[in-house]
Amino acid sequence: MSQERSKHGTVIVGATSAIARGIARACAERGDRLVLAGRDLDECERIAADVRTRFGVESFAVRLDVEDMDPSAFVQACAERLEGAIDRLVLSQGFMAEQSDAQGNPALVARTQTVNLTSVIQLCEAFVPHLRVPGGMVCVVSSVAGDRGRPSNHIYGSSKAGVNAYLEGLGPRLREQGVGVLTVKPGFVDTAMTWGLPGMFLVADPQDVGNSIVRAMQKRRHVIYTPFFWRGIMLIIRSIPGAIFRRLSL
Amino acid sequence: MPRRKHESLACWGNHPRYDCESARPETWHALDSSCADSEVSSVIARGLGRSYGDASLNQDAGVIRTERLDRALRFDEDTGVLEAEAGLSLKAINDAFLPRGFFPGVTPGSAFVTLGGAIAADVHGKNHHTDGSFARWTEAIELLLPTDNGAWEARWVSRDQDAELFHATLGGMGLTGVIRRCRVRLKPVPSAYIDASYQRVANLDEALEGFTGAFGDRTYSVAWIDCLTRGDNAGRSVLIGGEHAPTDSLPGELGTDPYAAPKPKRKRVPINFPSIALNPLSVRAFNACYYRTSRPSGRIEPAREFFYPLDSVLEWNRIYGKRGFQQYQVVVPFENGAAAVRTLLDRITRAKAASFLAVLKAMGASSEGPLSFPMPGWTLALDLPHTKRLDALLHDLDAISVEFGGRRYLAKDASLLPEHLPTMYPRLEEFMRVRDRVDPHRRLSSSLSRRLGLDG
Ligand SMILES: Cc1cc2nc3c(=O)[nH]c(=O)nc-3n(C[C@H](O)[C@H](O)[C@H](O)COP(=O)(O)OP(=O)(O)OC[C@H]3O[C@@H](n4cnc5c(N)ncnc54)[C@H](O)[C@@H]3O)c2cc1C
Ligand SMILES: NC(=O)c1ccc[n+]([C@@H]2O[C@H](COP(=O)([O-])OP(=O)(O)OC[C@H]3O[C@@H](n4cnc5c(N)ncnc54)[C@H](OP(=O)(O)O)[C@@H]3O)[C@@H](O)[C@H]2O)c1
Repeated sequence: MSQERSKHGTVIVGATSAIARGIARACAERGDRLVLAGRDLDECERIAADVRTRFGVESFAVRLDVEDMDPSAFVQACAERLEGAIDRLVLSQGFMAEQSDAQGNPALVARTQTVNLTSVIQLCEAFVPHLRVPGGMVCVVSSVAGDRGRPSNHIYGSSKAGVNAYLEGLGPRLREQGVGVLTVKPGFVDTAMTWGLPGMFLVADPQDVGNSIVRAMQKRRHVIYTPFFWRGIMLIIRSIPGAIFRRLSL
Repeated sequence: MPRRKHESLACWGNHPRYDCESARPETWHALDSSCADSEVSSVIARGLGRSYGDASLNQDAGVIRTERLDRALRFDEDTGVLEAEAGLSLKAINDAFLPRGFFPGVTPGSAFVTLGGAIAADVHGKNHHTDGSFARWTEAIELLLPTDNGAWEARWVSRDQDAELFHATLGGMGLTGVIRRCRVRLKPVPSAYIDASYQRVANLDEALEGFTGAFGDRTYSVAWIDCLTRGDNAGRSVLIGGEHAPTDSLPGELGTDPYAAPKPKRKRVPINFPSIALNPLSVRAFNACYYRTSRPSGRIEPAREFFYPLDSVLEWNRIYGKRGFQQYQVVVPFENGAAAVRTLLDRITRAKAASFLAVLKAMGASSEGPLSFPMPGWTLALDLPHTKRLDALLHDLDAISVEFGGRRYLAKDASLLPEHLPTMYPRLEEFMRVRDRVDPHRRLSSSLSRRLGLDG
């Protein structure tokens, strides 16, 4: 708290995800005013009530289905709640089908790309003109899965790789206005998405991940791996030459 | 259907350990479908697994972990009433509300328990004789219950609305429905500190007497007994008393912000200790050391340190090794109570079943819960490392308790025999009638309920 208590107006999309709830609590602890958006309005209301009750901040729930949305109407709704002061946009929506289910299933492929990539670009483009200048911030929860394409998860991974490329360009594009862009690459996080999945290791607590994301926003970082040790793991994985990577069964 | 996880689960005693089918809903929709999951034969709610035995286990069947449904929904500063989801922990409550001058009316010896677990076990604290059990601070409960069509429905119960079901839920060990939300009253406190006093007494008689004197009048009181020492020093004890410290009693700089107590640093027991670490000698050393270091006179301590001395060592249960341990807790009526406590301690000492913690306390009036544990009398609690012979010892202790009109605490139990249950809990039938009404097909069941014949 202390000097960090700067009361940002923060919009969080995909607010019902465990990582987003971790972000919301960490923001609220610093005094931010929050808009919590997701497709399950009742859940968003409860999350809004929680941060209000625990931390005494103002919070608002807004319904948003990113597969069926009008981004500019949503920007409008957020601006009204936050009285025009939108400092931060945090996107945490995500969808991961089993790779084997998604293969040969156009609907699941489309859904993966819409939720993870298209909606991210649409929302960023809609919000950018309305973010506070200077000082605004865009933060998107991407994934280590976007760093390399693996046979076991590359349909999901491709959507996250798209996010990484988009944000890599958005950062310099907004630099002059003083708007920051943060790409978050979590490793395995203990959420509904990974609960009961085989092959999980070093699974991180979503509140810890949320805290580290909010710290990275405070420091206006560009890219973070979370937990931090994934930077090392991914450094090794990214440095494996393609010829060898192709032979690994990952 | 949300994904389930096949996991091996135990409660705090690490004994027993069973394979369970765990769901961990993060939304109410997911909670509904976890309850209604027809692929598991039954379900039981599980909070933070701080009960010691098999209460929140369901071998080869469904366990619903509530820890992610932990939202504080509304707080009224005038009445102190908090509405929250059942997965909210007392730790989170203390973090959010102690700085605002509110504390749980009743707290067990660990803050890592959920509201659901506190209600379902009708937990008690060091203030049972003055403030009752958790029931007294619980205003209303929202239960999810099975219906005939397989879906589950939500129902609020309170002292005014289906009081019978409300009462059965207080201490009902999760068998009367899955608690989704509740309204509990927190109590206003003058500071985040406790004015604590420690007093040594030479033997059990003096310890028991202590509770009738000035020490017994304190809001919080408990005695630690060394149950390993024999002979003249047998039953030497430390009496621990406490009051919420008024602002003007706080030394200097603390008084300026009486609710800002330092957060304790946490350590973690990194691995399961080999069982050998817990032989009677090492425990004797531990007990003697505690006995010597305790302060003889009053001092101001942060409430968290006073109430949760072990919470700063995460996973301390691992010192008992892989085999785990059981906690034995009984309450025996005051009448002949001293003889009962002495007989129980004697039996334990003779078995050389080393105990880390022997805690004694006077309990006050019972709550309305037919299966609620506390009743007027002496309650005694001990941690006993698990061995092949332990169950036999515990069965002996149960027989002694029954003889003295006592009962065992189900939240700490993994070995009680079903035949003792109706004697220990004379209102059992009342409880079963409620179960028959709200869950005739026993969609709610646990390893504990099957062991004790509560599904019959
Ligand atoms: C160090 C330590 C000290 C303790 N000190 C005390 C003490 O002083 N006094 C005391 O009374 N107890 C004490 N306990 C025991 C503890 O308070 C209780 O066992 C409590 O019930 C644990 O809560 P939990 O959330 O971990 O629940 P669990 O252990 O997971 O479950 C306990 C019971 O509650 C039920 N339950 C949990 N959540 C729900 C829900 N949402 N809906 C319906 N049923 C539910 C479960 O089915 C189970 O029957 C202590 C435990 C420890 C580890
Ligand atoms: N868990 C991990 O190991 C991990 C690792 C790396 C990256 N991530 C990323 O972290 C982010 C959060 O995921 P999580 O792990 O917390 O899992 P999660 O709970 O499944 O989160 C996914 C979120 O996306 C929302 N969502 C999905 N489709 C939507 C739609 N059409 N409209 C609006 N919201 C929609 C979900 O809302 P509902 O609640 O309504 O379904 C949910 O809030 C995701 O972007 C994920 O890809 C997770």
